[in-house]
Amino acid sequence: MIFNVPFIAVAALILIGLYAVIFKRNLIKMVIGITLIESGVNLFLITLGYREGSIAPIYTSSPGGIMALPAPQALTLTSIVIGVAVLALMLSLVIHIYRHHGTLDVRKIGGPEE
Amino acid sequence: MSGMSKIVKTISGIAFPFITIYGLYVIAHGHLTPGGGFQGGAIVASGCAMVLVSYGAIWIMDRVKEKNLSILESLGAVCFVLLALLGLGFGTVFFNNFLVGTNSLFGVVPAVGSGLADINTGGVIPLMNFAVGLKVIAGLFGIVLVMAYASRTKEGNK
Amino acid sequence: MSRRDMSAVLSFSIVAIFLIFSALMIHPFGTPDKTEMDDNIITNAQTETGANNAVTSVVFDYRGFDTLGEATILFTAVAAVIMVFRRLNK
Repeated sequence: MIFNVPFIAVAALILIGLYAVIFKRNLIKMVIGITLIESGVNLFLITLGYREGSIAPIYTSSPGGIMALPAPQALTLTSIVIGVAVLALMLSLVIHIYRHHGTLDVRKIGGPEE
Repeated sequence: MSGMSKIVKTISGIAFPFITIYGLYVIAHGHLTPGGGFQGGAIVASGCAMVLVSYGAIWIMDRVKEKNLSILESLGAVCFVLLALLGLGFGTVFFNNFLVGTNSLFGVVPAVGSGLADINTGGVIPLMNFAVGLKVIAGLFGIVLVMAYASRTKEGNK
Repeated sequence: MSRRDMSAVLSFSIVAIFLIFSALMIHPFGTPDKTEMDDNIITNAQTETGANNAVTSVVFDYRGFDTLGEATILFTAVAAVIMVFRRLNK
């Protein structure tokens, strides 16, 4: 009855994040959209490593049975930490832009041609 | 950013040691239960951020300078690389687990299959957990403290 | 700005069609394809690394080099944030 629902949730998260990056004008909303895309990609990595009716890959007092794959979970840990580092750097640059220009509208800030 | 009322300061000061002990427990048992260096470090950094919000950024910055946090973070990174290089010195390759099977600090090999937890196992993994946990605590608390101090308002100006 | 808006809507709809189509046509949820490396890790993790947790043994022992790269990224991000705000505060 599951029928690929986690993969559809991944596609929905990535599409909502992409909509926020393309069609919104505030800088903070674009940063939130980038974070949503990263959450969707992390969810995709974890749902690739699930076996039908399996338990967590830990041996301490575990009930018997087949275990899920441990390698995608390790890659997701690294990806989450990288997402935190990029988010911190993006927010500090947004504060710097606001102090310099006085506005957060991305169409009033302009580019290097002025 | 100024601090909050007296009730909030008292309650967050009471809750902070429990959060720290729980985070250190998650770091220390990383090779037996779900958790490890990164997860436990995030828990302790969240507790520190709670204390920062309730006491005010100016008060905390006068007592904890960001220079000390930077030194702690570099110490964690140097310990991690040192543990990896010791595998090169003792055994054969970089990142070799040189404490498994010997009779020294963390060297007991557990029985195969599901069983109870013995904290004396794991080789070099618990030491690496402590180094990475210290690095994550100092790094995340440093980021939050510097950003909160930069968005303070001067009295009478804004 | 009508041309820019039209091209934005067109590219967004192309990406949306590709993503939804591939989410419906991927392999059924719960049947991974090639699992030989992970079966090898699950059966040998307790005797080779001495830890009861297979995920921690993958992060710190079998793939410790990736964790070294991740620690470098965290260190670089914290150093850059402190440097940006030291210039703003002074």
